[in-house]
Amino acid sequence: MFDFLEGYDVLGAFWTTVQLTFFAAIGSLIWGTILAGMRVSPVPLMRAFGTVYVNVFRNIPLTVIIVFTSLGLADVFGVTMGVPSDFKALAFRLAVLGLIVYTSAFVCESLRAGINTVPVGQAEAARAIGLSFTQVLTLIVLPQAFRTVIGPLANVLIALTKNTTVAAAIGVGEAALLMKEMIENEAQLLLISLVFALGFVVLTLPTGLILGWLGKRLAVKR
Amino acid sequence: MTEVSVAKDDAVSVADLVVLKNVNKHFGALHVLQDIDLTIARGEVVVVIGPSGSGKSTLCRTINRLESIDSGAITIDGRPLPAEGRELARLRADVGMVFQSFNLFAHKTVLENVTLGQVKVRRADRKAAEEKARTLLDRVGVGSQADKYPAQLSGGQQQRVAIARALAMDPKVMLFDEPTSALDPEMINEVLEVMQQLARDGMTMIVVTHEMGFARSAANRVVFMADGRIVEEAVPDQFFSNPRSDRAKDFLSKILHH
Repeated sequence: MFDFLEGYDVLGAFWTTVQLTFFAAIGSLIWGTILAGMRVSPVPLMRAFGTVYVNVFRNIPLTVIIVFTSLGLADVFGVTMGVPSDFKALAFRLAVLGLIVYTSAFVCESLRAGINTVPVGQAEAARAIGLSFTQVLTLIVLPQAFRTVIGPLANVLIALTKNTTVAAAIGVGEAALLMKEMIENEAQLLLISLVFALGFVVLTLPTGLILGWLGKRLAVKR
Repeated sequence: MTEVSVAKDDAVSVADLVVLKNVNKHFGALHVLQDIDLTIARGEVVVVIGPSGSGKSTLCRTINRLESIDSGAITIDGRPLPAEGRELARLRADVGMVFQSFNLFAHKTVLENVTLGQVKVRRADRKAAEEKARTLLDRVGVGSQADKYPAQLSGGQQQRVAIARALAMDPKVMLFDEPTSALDPEMINEVLEVMQQLARDGMTMIVVTHEMGFARSAANRVVFMADGRIVEEAVPDQFFSNPRSDRAKDFLSKILHH
């Protein structure tokens, strides 16, 4: 029944999906946190940059961003991402970049919502003992904000996992690209779709469950 | 003003520690601080009282610039209050603050609350900081709670930890912004006792409070505020037994006789 799977590297394709998700998640967590810091910063220029960034990249379709990294950054501007001659690696890195640019806007907004749940007295007390703005943010506000937004961040992460399928548009050999290829070659539309749908559920379900459990465990008691 | 800056601490240096000159502040249309002149000497305990909305908490918060001022000048230990940045942070480290709602760092243990400033601001060695923190926690009577989180403590215990956290920075002056107003009645005394001990040890204190008993027993001077102005300043005995202004008489008649 499942002999249509023969000759296709389904696990390999999902491994690429996992790698895309992993690197994009790390990148967008870091960049999104920095953006959130900018959005609550006392410096007007930084606040403006954060606001503009979020509102631009949150509202552009991911496909447009990813296709632009390939056709715009790589083809027009000659960006090589450190791998000038390896087309596959270049596509992978460009896709990760596009995913980070897009996802970080959502990470930023989740985190900013979390920052707003931290009582203002926490930051005041931190300033009152002489901590600098950066110290107040990194030592007091962000650690508490992160704990309250683990749930929303899990949503962002799950969306990111599924969004990696857009990388197929620039030829990254991840799960969706293989699915398309298999659907074209084999007469098993339903079963193939089912296999790939299941594959994504296997990836994302634990993410939601584990992070949900972690969120409850780490909740700040007030 | 000089005739009231009095008795108890004649031995202490007379140099002024905190000086507010002609300070004004608005919240929108509300003129919340109006031409405030106030001088606090080293080692002096000043209690600020007055009806709610009189600007006393705001006054307290301007001294470490948690609230900015519109005009006037504030100097601490001879240095003008910096507007922002590293300079301001350094000054705040020298000014201890205790809040009405305690504001202990909720994600850190009691011990971490008291060591954080020492390590991150004073660059103290962690071991030394912990030792000092435990000594201070013992001093305020919560030494056995060091490894708990703030939410596991009673209000009175939390406030005493907050006092220890402020003391850990070796402040020149301590600000208390209604430190007992959020406490259950039976916990007020344990906090006041710690504050009284501090006052006896010669700490310079500015205390915004509704605790008239504390004002009588621990203050060198009572400052009465109403509608954004300092209406009256006097030694406690004189203020409570023989207030000069009608506003103060009215306020005292409402809180003392029932």
